[in-house]
Amino acid sequence: MRRPTTCREVVELLSDYLDGALPPSEAAHVRGHLEGCTGCETALAQLRETIARTGTVNEDAIDADQRASLLAVFRAHIASG
Amino acid sequence: VEPSGPSDDLELIARLRAGDADAYMNLVDRLTPAMRRVARMYVRTDAVADEVVQDAWVGVLEGIDRFEGRSSLRTWIFRILVNIAKKRGAREGRSVAFASLAGDDLDRPSWDPSSFLGPEDAWAGHWSSLPFDWRGVPEDRVESRELLALIRATLDALPPMQAEVLRLRDVAGWSSEEIRNALDLTDTNERVLLHRARNRVRAAIDGYYRTVSEA
Repeated sequence: MRRPTTCREVVELLSDYLDGALPPSEAAHVRGHLEGCTGCETALAQLRETIARTGTVNEDAIDADQRASLLAVFRAHIASG
Repeated sequence: VEPSGPSDDLELIARLRAGDADAYMNLVDRLTPAMRRVARMYVRTDAVADEVVQDAWVGVLEGIDRFEGRSSLRTWIFRILVNIAKKRGAREGRSVAFASLAGDDLDRPSWDPSSFLGPEDAWAGHWSSLPFDWRGVPEDRVESRELLALIRATLDALPPMQAEVLRLRDVAGWSSEEIRNALDLTDTNERVLLHRARNRVRAAIDGYYRTVSEA
């Protein structure tokens, strides 16, 4: 695997890096780069904070009519034994 | 916290098999909004998407006795949904190109190229101007309703598959493996979609933080 050598390449790997989805040798290489690079460390902090903020978005609520019809589906299933 | 996560599966499955309405409605409440969005990717109208969701729940109730637990329960439910949605979409004569769901920008750089030194520079590809340090942003902006609204708006503007991967991963806390199985994505596609979507949200937040920090 080609090693990421520039900041421009490293930032494209940070999402996978945070998720532990990089192959170990590539992850080690990114870690080494981050230790010596303030810019990429700041970029990583931005991404980490983005994930944390995204996690506070709670938008999923079921539509009441749909909920009622899905409960009816359940009752029909039970009734049909 | 998602009560439909893998660790709770055994209990939920047992309760579903026993005909427990609360267990079923708990799952319905948690999963239906996302199921509706996913169904809508493949069919033409919201009304048809709702029928697909309903058919999927019928499939879940009819199939739960045969569920072998090779995936998480919610992954299995989404696979039922996606299969029904794709068939229904095909029957409608709607063929959905992957690029129209995933976005056509997946291979573009996720950071503004002008942030980096150009090929003429000895340090080509390194930062030309350092990224903005968010630690200096006032706390009331970080916790603001404005920021939440911005993140929601950014999610809504993403190509639907990017948005859904991001929602399942970073809002609902699914694993990447669950997501790619649920949405029928390759490992690589799931990772690229997530990377892309996260960076779109990051760029939106960055723009907002820069603006409020200048004020």
